[in-house]
Amino acid sequence: MAEIVLDHVTKRFPDGALAVNDVNLTIANGEFVILVGPSGCGKSTTLNMIAGLEDISDGQLRIGGEVANDKTPRDRDIGMVFQNYALYPHMSVRENMAFSLKLAKEDPAKIKERVAWAADILDLTAHLDRKPAQLSGGQRQRVAMGRVIVRTPNAFLMDEPLSNLDAKLRVQMRTEVSRLQKRLGTTTVYVTHDQVEAMTLGDRVAVMRGGEIQQVDRPEVLYEHPINLFVAGFIGSPAMNFLAARAKGGVLQTPLGELKLPAGRDRGLDGKERDVIIGIRPEHFEDASLVSPDKRAQGVTVKATIDLLESLGSDKFAYFTVQGERATAEHLQELAADAGTGDLGATEEGVQVTARLDAGSEAAEDKELEIWIDLDKIHVFDPDSGENLTLGDAARTDGSEARTTVQQAAPAKAEEAAPPEPETE
Amino acid sequence: MRSTRRQKLGWGVANVVVLVIAAVPVLWLVSLSFKDPSTLTDGSFYPKKWTFENYRGIFDQSIFTHALVNSIGIAIIATVFGVVFGAMAAYAIARLDFGGKQLLIASALLIAMFPPIALVNPMFNLWRQIGLFDTWPGLIIPYMTFSLPLAIYTLSAFFREIPWDLERAAALDGATPLQAFRRVIVPLAAPGVFTTAILVFLYCWSDFVFAISLTSTNNARTVPAAIAFFTGASQFQQPTGSIAAAAVIITIPVAIVVLLFQRRIVAGLTAGAVKG
Repeated sequence: MAEIVLDHVTKRFPDGALAVNDVNLTIANGEFVILVGPSGCGKSTTLNMIAGLEDISDGQLRIGGEVANDKTPRDRDIGMVFQNYALYPHMSVRENMAFSLKLAKEDPAKIKERVAWAADILDLTAHLDRKPAQLSGGQRQRVAMGRVIVRTPNAFLMDEPLSNLDAKLRVQMRTEVSRLQKRLGTTTVYVTHDQVEAMTLGDRVAVMRGGEIQQVDRPEVLYEHPINLFVAGFIGSPAMNFLAARAKGGVLQTPLGELKLPAGRDRGLDGKERDVIIGIRPEHFEDASLVSPDKRAQGVTVKATIDLLESLGSDKFAYFTVQGERATAEHLQELAADAGTGDLGATEEGVQVTARLDAGSEAAEDKELEIWIDLDKIHVFDPDSGENLTLGDAARTDGSEARTTVQQAAPAKAEEAAPPEPETE
Repeated sequence: MRSTRRQKLGWGVANVVVLVIAAVPVLWLVSLSFKDPSTLTDGSFYPKKWTFENYRGIFDQSIFTHALVNSIGIAIIATVFGVVFGAMAAYAIARLDFGGKQLLIASALLIAMFPPIALVNPMFNLWRQIGLFDTWPGLIIPYMTFSLPLAIYTLSAFFREIPWDLERAAALDGATPLQAFRRVIVPLAAPGVFTTAILVFLYCWSDFVFAISLTSTNNARTVPAAIAFFTGASQFQQPTGSIAAAAVIITIPVAIVVLLFQRRIVAGLTAGAVKG
C-alpha cells in the first residue's frame, strides 16, 4: 500500500496528440480516487501511466515516495482490473488467481491459502476449477478482481471494471467493489465514465476533460460547488438545467423571469451587465404549494405549464418549456457530444427544463403549476471560460481538506438510492 | 419447415458428392497398392488377389528408404525453421508498429505467390555453382522461402486474435516479457502454430518441382521425386503397384497429423479471455 503522486504528468503521443496535460494529483495511502470524464478525456491514459503500460512524456510519478517513471509494471507492484477482464483463457480460475504469486515464486502452501482466501471473499470457491469461458460476466469480473487481491500490491487500478456488466449487476458489483476496498484499505484508482459510479464509489473524484483535471474533490463538493460548466453538467443525473441569461450585479434576467441572487452568491459578478449561463439542478425546483412559507422567502416562484410528468414513486419529474435562448458554451457542447444528445433539450419554442418535485405534488400534464426555485442553490457561469461565478471562497477547496477526512467514516452514499441511472452505454 | 428440410437434403447430397470425389482416388490408390501385379489392370475397385508384395518391394529398394529419410528430415527441418522464424516475424507484425510493415507483408505475400517453376531454372544453375545442388540445405532453403510467408501470414492473423490486454495483465502480474510470451501467448497461439506447422509441413512434404530439379542422387531426393524413378521388376513391367504403395506410405503421416490435431486447430482457445 502506498501513496501515489502525479506531479505535472503529461502524455504526448508520437503523432503529437496531447492525451494528458500537466496532471497533478496526490492519492493518499488507502484512498479511493475516481477518474471520471467523457471518452477521450485522458483518464485511461492516466491510469495506464500509473500502471506502467504507457510511458510518461513529462513530469514525475511517485509511488510510495519512489520515482516510478522508468520502472516496469512488474517493479511497480500494482494490480489492475481491465475493462475486458483480460483473464488467461487457458488457465482455470485458480491458476488465473495464482499466476502472479507463482511468478513471484511464493511458497505453494501460501499460494493455496491466498487463493482460497480471495475466492472466499469473492464467492468464487465453487468455480475455482473452471475456465473463464465457463463463467458468467459477473463471475469473470470477480475473477479479475481476485487476481488482483491475492497479492497485496501497492495499489489497485481499475479501468471501467463494471462497464461490461448489465445494469442490475453493475449496481450490485458497485457496492461489492466499495466494500472490498474499505475492507482491504488499499489505495485504489478507478476509471469510469459513469458519473453515478464516480459519485457513489470515490472518497474523492477527479473530473477530467481534454487531458486536464478540472476539479478534484469529495463527491458532495463536486455536486454542490462545481468549479465550471463542465463539472456542473457532467456530475448529476438528471443533469443540471442550463439557461442563457443576462446579469447585472446580482440580478439575473432569465427565461424564468427576473432572479435576484442572495447576498454572497453574487460575488463573482460585478455591476457590469453581461451574458451568463445559469444552472439549476432539478431538485432545486419544487412545487410551490409544498414549500413552507419561511423557505419560500429564500426563493422565487414562477408559473409554468408541465409538458410531461414522470412519476417514480419517490419523486416526480416534471418537464416544462421556457421561452428563451438555449445556453451555448464550449463545455456544454462537449458534454452533449459525449452523451449523444447534441440536439436534444432545445425545441422550436424554447428550452426544456427538468424539475424534480416531491412525490406529493399535485402537478399534472398540460396544467399550469407554480414552481418554486431555490435561489440559494443557483449557479451562474461565465459562458466563455465556463467558470462558476457563484463559487464562494469557502467552497474553493483544493482537495487538501478532503484528503484528511478520508479515513473517517464512509461518506453518506446519498446518491445510491436516488435518481434513476441514465443508460450511458 | 419444408424448405429447411429440403435445404438439409440438398446440403447432404452435395456433401456426399464432394466426399466421394475426394475419397475415390485415395481409396483407389490404396486398393491398387494391395493388388497383385497380375490383377493390376483388372479395373476392379477391390483387389481380387491381396498382396503385400508392393510394400515389401519398395522397402527393399534403397531409393525409397533413402528418399523417405530425406523427406522426413527435410520437411521437419524446413517446418521448424519456418514456424519459429515465422512466429517471430508474425508476432512483431501483430504487435508493433514499424516503418515498412505493410511493405514487408506485401512482399512476403508476393513471394508466396511466385510460381516455383519460374525459380527452378536459375536456382538449378546457382545451386550447382555454390555447392547446394543435391543437398538437404539445397531443398530446405527454397522450401523456407515459400513456407515463411505462409507462416507469417497465418500466424500474424492468429496473434492478432489474442487480446493485447492479456500481455498487459501478465506484465502487471509480474511477468517479464519473456514469461508473458511463454506462459500466456504461446499456449494461446498453439492452435495457430499447429495449423501453420501442418500447412508448412504439407507444402514441403508434397513438393515435386524443387525436389526433382534440385536433386540428382539419393543424397537429398525426397519421396515425391523418388517415385518418378521407380522401375518395375523388369523393364517391361510398369511400377504401378510400387508407386501406389509409396504414395500410400507418404499419405499416412499426414493423415495422422491432421486427425490428431484437427480438434486443436478448430477449437478457438481464446474463448472467454475477454467479454464478447
